[in-house]
Amino acid sequence: MFTEVLWILAAGLLAFSFLKNRGKTKNALRFSWKYFEGMALPVLATVWTIGLLLAFLTPHVIARTIGPESGAWGVMAAAVLGSVVLIPAFIAFPLAGAILSQGASISAVAAFVTTLVMVGILTAPLEAKFFGWRFTLWRNGLSFVFALAIAFMMGRIL
Amino acid sequence: MTKKRNLMPGVLLGLAIGTFILFVLDRGKGVSAALTAKRYLVEMLSILPPILVLLGLFESWVPKTWVEKAMGPGSGTRGAAVSVLVGTAAMGPLYAAFPVGLALLKKGASLFNLCVFLCVWASIKIPMILFEVKFLGADFAILRLALTVPCILALSGLVNIILGRSAFLEAK
Repeated sequence: MFTEVLWILAAGLLAFSFLKNRGKTKNALRFSWKYFEGMALPVLATVWTIGLLLAFLTPHVIARTIGPESGAWGVMAAAVLGSVVLIPAFIAFPLAGAILSQGASISAVAAFVTTLVMVGILTAPLEAKFFGWRFTLWRNGLSFVFALAIAFMMGRIL
Repeated sequence: MTKKRNLMPGVLLGLAIGTFILFVLDRGKGVSAALTAKRYLVEMLSILPPILVLLGLFESWVPKTWVEKAMGPGSGTRGAAVSVLVGTAAMGPLYAAFPVGLALLKKGASLFNLCVFLCVWASIKIPMILFEVKFLGADFAILRLALTVPCILALSGLVNIILGRSAFLEAK
């Protein structure tokens, strides 16, 4: 649904831009192409790596790693796991819900969910291509630390 | 953005070899790896073209002064609010946010606001929150959201202090 809106919006604005000013539109498309050229191969490599990795990190493996028997290291393991895997929300949240109802700690589930969205090890090379490694390492590293903080606070409060 | 291009063929070759070995050792895993990769590739190809076209239009039509004023250094609380709004409003995976962030940066957005934008894009999405409420409960989702927002602001502040905009741009 959102994707369709995006395509329609892009097509509409492109047509409007073309009617208004051909030179600027041509420039715009040149920009778009430059972005695409820079991204194409790294994106392909990222997607491929995700495929290979997720063949091993199945929902079953994830559930076992951060489940109730994972103990004190569970929170840490959950945070690391969340940083590595890249799964869409419609799989991640049902999975997290299942793990929680199996008896995993609130902290472990919170750590997993938070690093899942905020920290991306697999997308880091791509991020570094745009913003440099220093920025990428600091943003992801600090996100990891804050995710752990959020997880422990949630364990205390809930 | 062109510096490390020559690395890519090697990386792709490595991935191809890895996939081949996986196929030989464990057919089922090999197939599932290929299928997952295909699913993500289709998702990317369906979302990236319109985003890139919109970005191109943004680059050539939106005056630098607008972005500088709304999200630049010195835009203060309002700038952070704008970054949060822009980050929430957009949809799509984090990698789609990278080119958008770069475009904002080039138009004069501050490093702090770039970081807020990226983190918010990654973690705060209305449909995602609804999913979280459904599967993990409202208490869990709302508390996590309430803790995430100040954490994003704090970590962006830290990134901003550690890197500093001028040093950051030199590194680019």
